[in-house]
Amino acid sequence: MSEPAEGRGPGSLLRPRLNKGQLIVAVLCAVLGFAVAAQVHSNDRDTKFATARQDGLVGILGDLSQRSDRLRADIRDLDDTRAGLERDTEGQAAVEDARRRAATYGMLAGTLPATGPGIELTINDPQGRVRSAALLDTLEELRDAGAEVIQVGDVRVGVNTYFADASGGVIADGQSLTRPYRFLAIGDPHTLATALNIPGGVLQSLRNSGADGVVGQQPKVTVQAVRSP
Amino acid sequence: MIALIGLAAGIVLGFVVHPAVPLWLQPYLPIAIVAALDAMFGGLRARLDGIFDDKVFVVSFLSNTIIAALIVFFGDQLGVGSQLSTGVVVVLGIRIFSNVAAIRRKLFQA
Repeated sequence: MSEPAEGRGPGSLLRPRLNKGQLIVAVLCAVLGFAVAAQVHSNDRDTKFATARQDGLVGILGDLSQRSDRLRADIRDLDDTRAGLERDTEGQAAVEDARRRAATYGMLAGTLPATGPGIELTINDPQGRVRSAALLDTLEELRDAGAEVIQVGDVRVGVNTYFADASGGVIADGQSLTRPYRFLAIGDPHTLATALNIPGGVLQSLRNSGADGVVGQQPKVTVQAVRSP
Repeated sequence: MIALIGLAAGIVLGFVVHPAVPLWLQPYLPIAIVAALDAMFGGLRARLDGIFDDKVFVVSFLSNTIIAALIVFFGDQLGVGSQLSTGVVVVLGIRIFSNVAAIRRKLFQA
């Protein structure tokens, strides 16, 4: 410092002093402030991609290309269907397509019986501890895991299926379910079984409440119950 | 005082001008800013200790920012950019905290 009587207290910090060094310091501080403002501003503007690092971007790109592959496959399917419809003069393909679609929708809506790989879940509940909420959780878990067709007891599960507690047990869609409760679900057996078996999942909470669920993976599950349209 | 005015002027200018950060600078600017903040707090502490030197401040400011940006640059080249930036931010953060603690002790005797 050139000034010998340089102040030491905090007050002297605010006393203006002008020399070349101070000016450079001020300029550097200004640069810092400017950079901070620019950075904050650019962060506001594009938070999505500009700030993402390489691995994040690679992940996003992977997702996108997967999705575009899927969509491309859809396009191919639809093109095939269209070509079939155009070639077909007697309307045979159209009828075939409509029938196939009706079958798919019927299965999803629950108006047609269905067969396919899936699981059978038996919930033994000798003490009658299982409430409707537990069965609903089980159903939701199966749906989340990709079950396409589900039957509970003799009830085919549809979009508006409900469970309710009654004096003697649980009611599903107005029918009382008999113990042991039996779920049939068509979908990827391994995925469904894994979903039910996750720690803290459906089977464990059933076990905690005194019941016992057994999952059997089967190559062929037949769901016979249907809903009236 | 002039330094504070400069800082305020820079911030105001930045918000008024709305500069776009050039693409090549984008990975390095945040780290450089943290490094500059460290230098600034170091300078403030030295000022309160009465050992502030313009030259030391300028050199430490520039070398801090450049080295921080260089570390991130090399990290990016080596494929560990994000980890190295985290490391740099942690180290500089610790330094900023210790500087601020010293400043606080000086100012409030606490």
